[in-house]
Amino acid sequence: MNSPLLTEDDVRHIARLAALRIDDAEVETMRSQLSDILAHFQTLAQLDTQGVPPTGHTTDAHSVMRDDEEMAALDREQTLANAPFIDGEFVRVRPVIE
Amino acid sequence: MTETLPETHASAREMRAKYESGQATVRDTALAHLERIQKVDKHTHAFLTVLDENQIVAQADAADEMIRAGQASAMTGIPFLIKDNISTDGVRTTAASKILDGYVPPFDATVVSRLKKAGAIILGKGNLDEFAMGSSNENSAFGAVINPWGKNRVPGGSSGGAAAAVAAGEAAIALGSDTGGSIRQPASLCGVVGFKPTYGTVSRYGLIAFGSSLDQIGPIARTVADCADTANAISGRDSFDSTSLELDLDFTEYLDRDIDGMRIGIPREYLVEGIEPGVRSAFDASIAVLESLGAVVEETSLPLTDHALAVYYIIAPSEASANLSRFDGVKYGMSVDGEPNARESIEATRGNGFGPEVKRRILIGTYALSAGYYDAYYKKAQQVRTLIRREFQDAFQKFDALVMPTSPTVAFEIGEKTQDPFQMYLSDVCTIPVNIAGLPGISVPCGLSEGLPVGLQIVAPQLGDRTALQIAHAYEQSANWKLTPPEL
Repeated sequence: MNSPLLTEDDVRHIARLAALRIDDAEVETMRSQLSDILAHFQTLAQLDTQGVPPTGHTTDAHSVMRDDEEMAALDREQTLANAPFIDGEFVRVRPVIE
Repeated sequence: MTETLPETHASAREMRAKYESGQATVRDTALAHLERIQKVDKHTHAFLTVLDENQIVAQADAADEMIRAGQASAMTGIPFLIKDNISTDGVRTTAASKILDGYVPPFDATVVSRLKKAGAIILGKGNLDEFAMGSSNENSAFGAVINPWGKNRVPGGSSGGAAAAVAAGEAAIALGSDTGGSIRQPASLCGVVGFKPTYGTVSRYGLIAFGSSLDQIGPIARTVADCADTANAISGRDSFDSTSLELDLDFTEYLDRDIDGMRIGIPREYLVEGIEPGVRSAFDASIAVLESLGAVVEETSLPLTDHALAVYYIIAPSEASANLSRFDGVKYGMSVDGEPNARESIEATRGNGFGPEVKRRILIGTYALSAGYYDAYYKKAQQVRTLIRREFQDAFQKFDALVMPTSPTVAFEIGEKTQDPFQMYLSDVCTIPVNIAGLPGISVPCGLSEGLPVGLQIVAPQLGDRTALQIAHAYEQSANWKLTPPEL
């Protein structure tokens, strides 16, 4: 494994990937706490997992398909009522392309 | 009804018997619970939302009508709390996060629609650690839950409101969710029964996802039988959850069977580090009870146990970082306005809306899944997950069930572990392996240590839910603790 100790720039980079704004004080706290947590994960490196298949979930079900049946969708008015900003029947967002 | 006052500390089966014999009505019982909530919830803070009296009475009257018409089942007229990460049509659902404040789901979770159909009474929504991430309920954005057993003690988490409400007589049964122990650990700390069924037996549709391969909904109740009855009502195949299994289990089927000759293992790795002496002695005493009932108890070893915590804290945050990407302030919940573009607006909303523990887990998960680290963390953890599953499968060749304490400690003090996230993670060290392997597990009260409840955990093979319930029931009937917290 690579060194688990994170720099403040690492934390800013991960936060950017996660679309999470964090302030400078949080960056330092997170750097220290995440480094500590990641250090505990290093014990896994001791285990030989050569050729062991990964477990994604435990039911062993694959490619489950539902019958293609017509059914009622969510109520539009009730659903739109949850959106912070709407414009008629549409959800309003800030510009995506500047 | 003066001669038969509704009893807010009765089991659901006792309530049902009174309904059937005409000694109590659902309406009186439901209103007694509402009164109890109004009296004690200022101490416990178990509820985030309580339904209006007229909404509760309407449900109760419909349940009384079902009983009169002879259409009642085990859940009819039973007052429930629903953990607030489970969607309820028309009722605010927050996951105890600021980012979902004001969100009103336009649909019911499958478990909720099944309870409603059976005539259960929904009293309101239960407090939790934000997005079910925590072991003490101190991560709720709307204030911590207080354990009814001690004013300065946490109730455990993340289903802390659920466990505290059942212990304090505010609800007969609560639905919680368990990703790494979030049903069993708070049940243990509050002196009630908590049951996490086998992964896939209960639909997760409408549960606000945290770690999708680990999350499972289940009951917290006063008795093992009430847990089994609830599991019957909420389980079964649901086409809206592709991981729900095509099964028709009767969870009550083995309850009355004795455990004479049953082979039970104690994995020694659960009894070493950090276990409190009082927890250890309550656990040892519970083993003596199981032996007196004819069980053959033997020590065993699960050496990979020590790695379960690392596996969990890689896999659960990885899944969470993907699941929580949907909270962007666009479709529902809070939104920070005034940012120049969509990207900035989403980052500001998430930065403002999520609490510190949720941010920590999103960052851990994002890191573990990012280019260059995926193989070392996420893939490695999934491979060790396979090894842990195999180790349990081998143990169940020899044993019908495994037992261990549910939590290494009794309820700890508020603020005791908030400064050190890893210390808090260790609270779930006994419950996490069960989720990693997708097994059923139940916590049943096994006494007090310094005046605070201790829980005995029973773990069975995948789909061995009935065996776990059978042993828990036999123990409960024999030990007969009936723990009730001091009056608030």
